[in-house]
Parts: sequence; C-alpha cells; structure tokens
Amino acid sequence: MIKRTFVAASRVLSPGVRRYCGGEVTEDVSEWAASPHLTKQASVYVHWPYCLRRCSYCNFNKYIPKENNDHIMTKCLQRETETMLQLSQVSRVSSVFFGGGTPSLAHPSTIAAVLETVSKLASLSDEAEVTLEVNPTPMGMSRLEDYLHAGVNRFSIGVQSLQDEDLKSLGRDHSSSQALQTIEEARRLCPGRVSVDVMFGRPKQTAGSWVHELSELLRVCDDHVSLYQLTLERGTQLFKQVQCKQVTMPDEEVTAEMYRCARKTLHQHGFMQYEVSNFARHNSMSHHNLGYWKGEQYIGVGPGAHGRFVPLGEGGVVREARTQTLEPDVWIREVQQRGHGTRRRIQLSHLELLEEVLAMGMRMTKGINHEHWDLFSPQLGLCEIFGPSMDVKELLQNKQLILDDRGLRCSWTGLALLDSILPILLLELERNISPVGNLSLSADEQTKKISQPR
Amino acid sequence: MSFSIAKRFSEIPILRRVLQFKMCRRKIASCNVSYTVFRHRWMKSLPVLSSSFRLMSTQPEKDTVDLSKFPVDKIRNFCIIAHIDHGKSTLADRLLEMTGAIAKTEKNKQVLDKLQVERERGITVKAQTASLIYPYEGQQYLLNLIDTPGHVDFSYEVSRSLSACQGVLLIVDANQGIQAQTVANFYLAFEAQLTIIPVINKIDLKNADPERVESQIEKVFDIPREECIRISAKLGTNVDKVLQAIVDRIPAPAGSTNDPFKALVFDSNFDHYRGVVANIAVFGGRVKKGDKVVSTHLGKTYEVNELGLLRPDEHPTQKLFAGQVGYIITGMKDVKEAQIGDTLHLQEQPVDALPGFKPAKAMVFAGMYPMDQSEYPGLRSAIERLTLNDSSVTVQRDSSLALGAGWRLGFLGLLHMEVFNQRLEQEYNASVIVTAPTVPYKAILSSAKLIKEHGGEEITIVNPAHFPDRSHVSEYLEPMVLGTILAPDTYTGKIMNLCLNRRAVQKNMVYIDDQRVMMKYVFPLNEIVVDFYDLLKSMSSGYASFDYENSGYQAADLIKMDILLNGRPVEELTTIVHRDRAYSSGKAMCERLKDSIPRQMFEIAIQAAIGSKVIARETIKAFRKNVLAKCYGGDITRKMKLLKKQAEGKKKMRRIGNVEVPKDAFINVLKRKEK
Repeated sequence: MIKRTFVAASRVLSPGVRRYCGGEVTEDVSEWAASPHLTKQASVYVHWPYCLRRCSYCNFNKYIPKENNDHIMTKCLQRETETMLQLSQVSRVSSVFFGGGTPSLAHPSTIAAVLETVSKLASLSDEAEVTLEVNPTPMGMSRLEDYLHAGVNRFSIGVQSLQDEDLKSLGRDHSSSQALQTIEEARRLCPGRVSVDVMFGRPKQTAGSWVHELSELLRVCDDHVSLYQLTLERGTQLFKQVQCKQVTMPDEEVTAEMYRCARKTLHQHGFMQYEVSNFARHNSMSHHNLGYWKGEQYIGVGPGAHGRFVPLGEGGVVREARTQTLEPDVWIREVQQRGHGTRRRIQLSHLELLEEVLAMGMRMTKGINHEHWDLFSPQLGLCEIFGPSMDVKELLQNKQLILDDRGLRCSWTGLALLDSILPILLLELERNISPVGNLSLSADEQTKKISQPR
Repeated sequence: MSFSIAKRFSEIPILRRVLQFKMCRRKIASCNVSYTVFRHRWMKSLPVLSSSFRLMSTQPEKDTVDLSKFPVDKIRNFCIIAHIDHGKSTLADRLLEMTGAIAKTEKNKQVLDKLQVERERGITVKAQTASLIYPYEGQQYLLNLIDTPGHVDFSYEVSRSLSACQGVLLIVDANQGIQAQTVANFYLAFEAQLTIIPVINKIDLKNADPERVESQIEKVFDIPREECIRISAKLGTNVDKVLQAIVDRIPAPAGSTNDPFKALVFDSNFDHYRGVVANIAVFGGRVKKGDKVVSTHLGKTYEVNELGLLRPDEHPTQKLFAGQVGYIITGMKDVKEAQIGDTLHLQEQPVDALPGFKPAKAMVFAGMYPMDQSEYPGLRSAIERLTLNDSSVTVQRDSSLALGAGWRLGFLGLLHMEVFNQRLEQEYNASVIVTAPTVPYKAILSSAKLIKEHGGEEITIVNPAHFPDRSHVSEYLEPMVLGTILAPDTYTGKIMNLCLNRRAVQKNMVYIDDQRVMMKYVFPLNEIVVDFYDLLKSMSSGYASFDYENSGYQAADLIKMDILLNGRPVEELTTIVHRDRAYSSGKAMCERLKDSIPRQMFEIAIQAAIGSKVIARETIKAFRKNVLAKCYGGDITRKMKLLKKQAEGKKKMRRIGNVEVPKDAFINVLKRKEK
C-alpha cells in the first residue's frame, strides 16, 4: 500500500521520469511501453475496406465500392503507411497483414506498393510474415500468384463453411468447391503458410454436422486453422432474421459442444491450439496475430484500422490506441490533406496498458510468462498481483487457471471460460495498480481529435 | 370571491406543470377495481402553491359571508360516497357550479381532483371540503360537502369524515348498478346512522337501467325505491333535486351557538409557511380569530391565527359557529400535534371530549429502496414530504444487503400503497424499487424468556427476520379480511374457485337481481395483497368488483421459508408463508431467480427450504463456454470495454457464498409484478 502511494506520488511529481524515491528506484511505469525493446519494432495492419457484397452476419467496417478508385486507394495507403511509420520511428516491421473487407479485391500492384513503402521506411526482412486475407472466389484464386510476387508469403482463406447452402444464406460469394480449389492453389504457391478460416455456430448447424465438416476440411487444409463462432451482431441482416424468428441460432449448450469437439478433432489431427481460436501444426503459428496477443506494437493503416504504438516521432512516450477514420471517402480526403486519417487517439494509462496485455495474453494457451509480464509491469509481478486473491485461488483450485513458475495461463477447460475469468483478473489488477497512469494529462487531453495537419 | 376563483384557475396550469414533471412511468392499473379515495388537502405539500395560497387567503378580502346568518337549522353537512367511476366527482362539480362556488364552464371536470394520480385513475385521493351557499324556498342554506375517502383502506378516515356529517349521497351508476364498494360505503354510513339519499347517476347513458338499480337498492339496502333520485351529473339533469333533498331529508346538525365551543378535528394537513391547517366541524358554540383554544388530546393551548370556510379554497371569515365546518390555523408546527379525532375547546371552557378515532393501523407493508444509493437523500426527503400530510403511513428505516438502505413503509391497504408510490414517482420524480407487499403477522409466545424480552405474550412480526421459532410460540396469527365481491352470475364458478385457492371461506352469497351475485368471503389478507384484484378482474372480463374490510386475526399454520443459493441462505429473500402455500411460492421464487441470475462458471442450485427440508429447487447450469472469437484487425478496444463493464458489474453484485447475484435478480424476485 505504502509502495503504491509512493509510485503514485512520484508520478504526480514528475510523470514519466525516473527518480529515486524513498531509496527505492521507482519510475513511471507507463514509460516502459516506450522502452526500446517494445518500441523499436511494430507490425503493420492494412485495412482494405471494400467488399463486393454484404455478408448477412458481418457488421465490420466495409463498403460496397461505387467506382474503381484503386489508384487513389493505393496512393493513400502508401501515404498513410509512410506517415505512420515515421510517427512510430520503428526501425523494423515484424509482419504485415492485409485484412478487410475483402483485400483480395485489391489489385496485386496495390499490395506491392504498400509493401514497398514499408520497406523504404523500415526494415522488412524476407522472412517477415506478410499475410493476405483471401476470399476463395475464382477471381481471388486467379490472383494468388500475383500476390505472391507482390510480396505476400502467407494466405488466410475465408472458407467459413463447406456447405454450399450455408455459404449462400450467409451471403458469401463463393462455393465450397471454389474454396477447396483455392486452398489447393494457395498450398501449391505457399506450402505450409496457408490458413483457413472456418465458422461454427451457424443457423441450423449441429455438433455432428460440424465435426463432419471440420474433418472434411482437415483433409485438404494446410497447417493453420482459425475457427470462429458466428456471433449475432446488431444491425446485420442475420440479426433481423433471428429477431423475426426466421432463423434460429444453435443454443449455448450446442455451441459449447461444437467448440469442444473442434478442439478435440484438431488435436487428433496434430494441430496445437495456441490461442482461443487458432490452431497450428509444424510450428505454423501466425506471427502477426501473436503480436497482438503478446502486447507488441502495431500500426493500423487504412479506413477504420486500429493501432497501438508510441508516437516517438512527435516526442510521445506513452503507447496510444489509435483509430483511423471509418468511411473510405472521408479517410481518403484526410490522407490527401494531411498524410493520415487518424480519427482518435487515446493515451493508454499504465493500468489500461496492463489490462490489454492481460486480456490479450490470456487468450494464448501459453498465457503470460513472468518475463513477458515484467516487461510491462516491472514493479508488480503476476504472483504479487494475483497470488493473494481469494477469487483467483478459487480459479486455481477449480483447475481453470494456472499460476506457476512459468507464468499465468488458462487450463484447457479454463480457456473456454476466458470471458468469465478475465473480469475477475481485471478487478484484481485494478485493485493493485494505481488507476492514474498519466497524471500530467487532463481528461480532455487524453482523448483528442486530430483536426490539424502535422 | 370571484377574485379567488380566478386566482385558483390561473393556478391550475402551474400545478399541472409541477405534477407533470414526470410522465407516468408505471402502467396504471387499468382495472379501477373498487378503490377510491383518501384524503387530506394535498396541495399544501407543494411549497410553490402554498405560497400563492397564502397570498390569496391573506388578501384583505371582506368577510363577504356573514356566518352568523346561518344558524344550525340552516346548515346541512353531507358527503358523497360511491363506487369508483360512478360519478362522485362529476356530481361534486355540478353542485359547486349550481351554488356558484365555481364558475360554470365546460372545463369543470373533477374540479376537486387535481392530482395526476386522481385524474388518471379517476379517483379522489385528496378530496376537499367545500361549503356551498344554496338559496332554497326563500332561505339561504349553508351546505357543507365533506368529501370522504370511499375506499375501506381508509375506513378509519371515512368514519372520521362521516362523524362530521348527518347525511350522505350514495351514488350508483345506472348502468353498472351496485358494486362492491357501494356496499362497503353503505354500511359505513348506515353504521354511523346517517341519512342516506340514494342517487342513480348516468341515466343519460344508452344502457342505463335505473329501474333495475332501484330494485337492487331496495333489495340490498332496504331503501324504498321511491327515495332514489335519478340524475345525470354530466348533463346536470335533476341535480337541483339532489340539492333540495339535501335540505329536506338531511337533519340539521345538533348543537347550539349558545353552548361552549366544541369542535372535532376531522382532517389536517401541513403548510410549509403556516404550519398545520386543521379541518374542524364545530359541534357547539363559536370560535373567532384570537381565541385561545385547547387540544384535549395534548392539553396544549393555541391561539387562533386564522379561520374560515372552504369553498373549496380557503375563505377566511371572522368566526365559525355551531354546525359549521371550516379550517383553523393555530400555530401548531407539527402535523402530529393536530391529532385527527381530537376535540378543541376554549381555554376557559373545558368540555367533554368527543369520541375520538382508533388510530389507523398499517395492514400492508412494503420495502422501498432507491434505484441507486446516491438517490437515497432525495427519496428520503420525498417520503418525508409525502408522509407529512399522511400520518397513516408508518415509516421505518430498513436496509437490505442487496438493495442497500431504504425503508419499510406500512399502509392502510393496497390502494393506499399504490397511490403513495405513484405520487412519489409523479410528484417527486423518485425512482423507487418497491418490494412485494407483506402483512403483519402475530405470534403468541410461549417462552417465558421471550415474553419477558418483548414485554408481552403477543408480538407483531413485520420483518421475516424476526419470526420467532415454532418452539417458542404457542400460536401464530394472520390478519383476515372480509371481502365483498359483486359480479354477473356467469362468473360465479370461476370466482369461487379463485377464492378457494386463496384459502377463503365463503360467508354468504346473495342474488342482488336476476343476474348479479354478491358474495362474501373471509380471506387471509396475505392472499389478496399481491395479485388477487388483477386475477379477479381478468377472469371476469372486468365485470367483478371487490372490496374488503379488516376482520381481525386468525390462527394460521405459518412457517418461515428460506431461499438458498448453493446451500447458503439469502437473508433478504426469507419469507413467511402459510404451510399450504409454501411449495407454490417457493417454486415461484426459485423460478424467478433462475431467470435473473446469469450463468456462472459453476452450477448454481437455487432452493427453497423450510428448516432443513428443501421443498423446491431450480438449477442454473455452469457455463461450458464463454469466450469469443477474434479481434478483427487489432480492434481490442471494444472487447476491453465489454470486459471492463463486466468487471465493474461484478463490483456491484451481491455475493452469496461463491454465487454472484445482480441487484436486478433481487428486484425481480422482491418487486411487485408490473401490472
């Protein structure tokens, strides 16, 4: 308690500056997010906002393009990449991920141009993972080779389902046979670096049909599988259909069973689960996604993209949560006018940073190891924070959570209950960490809209 | 006078604005069962208004009414009693218009009913006394309309109002005929030995059948049909005959101006600026400004600062004489000083006290808690202000582990409670959690130790936590009521079944005409406090009416029922139930809890238990999966927000063992069901 007060007091006196306090070295730990180890590199996420059509379940940021503006988009993505990389001052880009929308609608030359820009401003090694999300349509498939030449070295294929009827009702624009062909072609081009996305908990789906479908997929897929539960989002067509009872979603018990079966099946096929939704064999994990879960820096480029990095280029010392402008047309105008379309930036307090590190880290089967945690919280270790809590003890006793000399992680059953476990952990964290990370900033300053070019 | 009328009307919009601060949040009971009224002049509770009233009443207006011109034989004191919606307020409006107390306009609708709750429910909550000057056969008469609460919730208040009257107008709807409350009201007036003038209203309606209603009156009340006056209060038809009947049939009050001054306090209310305003009926002598009067109850002496008539606004006069009814302000500062039923006399001339009233006993209790503890002070002052003018509400501070600090309030009956809640919400903009009503049980103690502790054999139990163990008790008692149900005979079977299920015992059953049946049942009060009215109304398509009066206590097999979550008792859900009802109410509570406790990582057993015996159980299965898919493109902000919200929510949950129970769950289980 006394120690905490000291920390808080020292922050009041001199935020962000190392100082001696009561003979003990204390420092504003939020600065740790600015430590060279964490700030010298970042991954880059590039958002392609366009889709040919709207999937019935998707409420993500996507637009049906009115006209071909590939050229302008390319220029703007390049420009924003440049601005953001300069702002972050990273010397190395660890991975690039083209997501969407439907990024396989982007011309391969656009992908090449963005990657070129990245390379110009930071080192992007040949080994760096460059992933592109692909819709398994004939068009998507025909372009795979060109993407490869543009610099992509990993494909993530949005199979979603192998049931043609379901693909149709979900509003996807491909068939199961097209999906299978695309997987085959992608594996030929990028052996060992192809991932498939598949979705469970679809209307009318049963645990039996799901296992059957998954087994079928496992016969053809490569070394990486992401499986997602279809969630009902407000504002989607599916939501309306469920509301009017035209469509019924499988109930909780059924989706729990689907998840359990999938984990088992994947395990039997040699896939190791390394995160709630991600499975890999032969060490083919997605490095880009692991970056999110490990609390590494990432730079978001494109309409609605999110980023987490320290803007060293403008003298920043704390990590910021950044969101780019959502609407493509507005984003384009902003990028043209001032080089970027950052709509919102929030400086993360020390507590907020740790909350993210915790919530993301616990999604991994390995959880958070002590060294990793200490990187962000050098003063309070995992055991100090979570060890004394009765609630945590109960989770440990119930074998849902594990806290040992490796670190903190979920058990096999615990991982399926992560969203019940996290609130307990977040409360403990809040109890132990002073909520004021950056006292030098007023609430107004913490959220500022950028309106002037810089 | 015209000045004050204009003034009053100009105030109505202000008043309505004040009242309509908040639109009615709660759905109002559509079934206007058998309710009416309870009273006190409510308007004083709004300081804005009372200040303008004060200005008005202290105008140097001349004493235009010379009250000495109205000797006892020129005075008639009466009240109007009726089942709800039978036209009591409309008739009052016409009487006021015809005697010039208010201007005759289209807008006079429920002039005496100004509360939002009154207009919405079509009932009179705070009625007003109005003195009418009526010229008849060359003479001026002073007719004092003393408004009474019609509902037996307030029978104690009815009886005190009736004690100031010599006659009543008993209004019956020409279409609906006699209803339960008509019966209850008739007996109150009959027992007070008042002259009863039956008035059949709404004869202008298409389906009016005054013949039938007259024969009902003859059959049920034994009043010759010739005495009935057929009117349409709405159109004013035959209302003059009512005025004539008041003068002709109702006896003048007893007492003489030569006697020593003697007055009954039959109502009182509180004004922030002037203190207590007492309504009095002068039984003898005279009183004037400056007189020193003594309260027999307290033995305290007060000086009369102001007195006058209510027309229906305060209309100061110099004196009040025997037989007259009016208001008096004496510098009493606390509403409790103005004991209803107290007798006032002059300092030098002591008199025998008039028979007072039994103090009202709260029969229905409910917990009230602010929605959020930060609203506690606001709710406290709202409750204080409302109870200032309604001393029959008992207030006890209470606290619940789940709902925080609050109160346990006692009411005379269900309508009383509903009206109180509605006024709290509408007039004070207070959002309140009201728990399901309970009734006061009694226990006859057998343990010498406990008897010593409580200072008597018999104890009253309001809070289930204080329910004494069977081993220390020779007998438990529960409050009973005598209920009157009137309904078309086609519903008789259904209604009898309902009553049987409510542990009721039939006392009698009479056909009041060839289609309508009057049934009397003795019910345990507990069986009717929650949803009886609603069920009765819905099963009879709204045709049945119900009213009840208290009927003492009876021995009952009462037990304490606990609700357990994973084996741990939940204190605030402990209830006292009749053994026969334990299973069904335990099951219902478990089911309601099951629906409102979110799934957790472990299984939750919800049990209802009597002692160590479990009588009902529901199970909330453990979560098998609670984790969601990917964070698209690194958008973790949304996910974090959701998690933080859940973490914040956990702080507010009440923990019973390892089970986290949201406040909503308690509210869902404890709250009265929305109607």
